[in-house]
Amino acid sequence: MNVNENNSIAYTQGDGTQRDNTQNTSVYTSDNLVSTQQIQTQNSLLHSDENIAHTPVNLQKDFVQSDENIEEVLEKEPSENVQNPYAINTPLLQLNDLCKRYPGMGNYMSVFHLNLTILRGRIIGLLGPNGCGKTTLIKMINGLLAPTCGTVLINGMEPCPATKKVISYLPERTYLDNGMKVSQMVEYFSDFYEDFSTEKAYNMLGALGISSDARLKTLSKGTKEKVQLILVMSRQADLYILDEPIAGVDPAARDYILRTIITNYNPGSTIILSTHLISDIENVLDDVIFMKNGSLMLYTSVDSIRSQMGKSVDTYFREVYAC
Amino acid sequence: MAWQMNSDRPIYTQLYDKILIRIVCGIYKAGNRLPSVRELAAEANVNPNTMQRAFTELEHSGLIVTQRNSGRIVTEDQLKIEDARHQLALAQINTFFANMRELGYNDQEIMTLIESIVKK
Repeated sequence: MNVNENNSIAYTQGDGTQRDNTQNTSVYTSDNLVSTQQIQTQNSLLHSDENIAHTPVNLQKDFVQSDENIEEVLEKEPSENVQNPYAINTPLLQLNDLCKRYPGMGNYMSVFHLNLTILRGRIIGLLGPNGCGKTTLIKMINGLLAPTCGTVLINGMEPCPATKKVISYLPERTYLDNGMKVSQMVEYFSDFYEDFSTEKAYNMLGALGISSDARLKTLSKGTKEKVQLILVMSRQADLYILDEPIAGVDPAARDYILRTIITNYNPGSTIILSTHLISDIENVLDDVIFMKNGSLMLYTSVDSIRSQMGKSVDTYFREVYAC
Repeated sequence: MAWQMNSDRPIYTQLYDKILIRIVCGIYKAGNRLPSVRELAAEANVNPNTMQRAFTELEHSGLIVTQRNSGRIVTEDQLKIEDARHQLALAQINTFFANMRELGYNDQEIMTLIESIVKK
C-alpha cells in the first residue's frame, strides 16, 4: 500500500487537486474500500484485503489498475493545472509571523509580525516610507539576515542555496567588481547562474547603448545601476526581487526597463519591486504592499485602490503617509 | 510611446476605452485579428494582466471574439460596432452640453452658436 501511495504521488508532482484523487486511489487498496466512489470499485472488490496480503500477483494487478485510474482522472479533468505546472496552489513566497529586531535597537522591531502570502504571476510593488522595513524584509527573504522570529518559505523551503537558485535579487547597492569589464561581468553571471541568458543580457545592453568593453569603474552611477539590473533580469527565475531598481536611472531608460519587465513577464514568476517612484511604475503593477513601521498596512490590487478610492496609488500613498 | 492614463480610474477601464476607440474608428477593422495581449501591454507600458482584463471586458460586451486557434478578432457584427460608436458620440455630446451649461449658456444659445460655427 505504501508503495502504491508513493507511486501515485510521484505521478502528480504536487498538484493539489490531483493529490486528492490519488489519495482516493491509495485508499482503494485499504480497509475502507467500499467508501471510494470510483468506477472500478466493483472490480477491486474482488481482491479484498486478504488477497492483497497473500498474493503478489493481485497486488501487481492492483498497481496497474490504480495507475490507469490516475490516468483516467487526468483525462477526465483537463484543467489548466495539468498543463501549467506553475499553477499549483503552493504559494511562491510565504511569510509567517516574521519579525526582525536589530541588536542595539532596544525593543524596536524593524519588521513586526508580518504575515504575507505571495502567488505566482504577479508584479508587486513594495511601498512605504524610508525606514519602514522594506529592505530588511527583502534581505530576510534572500537569507541575508536571520529573522528574530517567524519563517520565510520560498516554494515551501526556508532560504537556502536551493532558494537562491530561484530568486533573482537586485540589492539596494551595487556589489559588482569595479575593475571588471561589462562583458566579464556577463560571463561571470552566466557561469554562476544556470538560468542566465547571455543573449538576453547583450540585447538589453545594446538597446541601452552600454558598451560591453567598458570597465565598470568608468561608468556613471546610473549606467552601473542599469548594468546590474540587466544582469538580474537576464535570469529566468521564479521570483525577482528588485530593491529600488529605477531610482538612479533617467526617465527614458526607466520606460525601457519597465517595458523589459513587462515583456519578460511570464505567468510562472513573480516580481517584487520596492520603490518610491510610484507614479512611474503604477501602470505596471498588479498589486501593492504598503508597509508602515515594520507592519503590513495594506496588500491589495492597484485597480481596487483606483476603483474604491477613486485616486491613483501615488496620490493615495501621499495621503496615507502624509507628514 | 506609453499610452496616457488618468490617475483616478482603474487602468483596465481606460485600456478598454482606448481599444474601443481604435475599433470604432477602424484602426482595428471588423473581423481582423487584434494584436496579442503581450504586444499591446508592451505598447501601452502596462501589466499584461491588466491588458488581459480589458480584453475580457471587451469580450463580455461582444466587441471582440476569441477564436480557438487564431487569437482574438474584432467582431464582424457591424451593428454592434456602430452602436458602440453611437454611444461614444452621445457621451461626447453630453459632456459638451454639461460644460457649456456650466458657462451659463442655455440650450437655445448653444444651438445658435453651433449653427453659426458650422456655417463658416
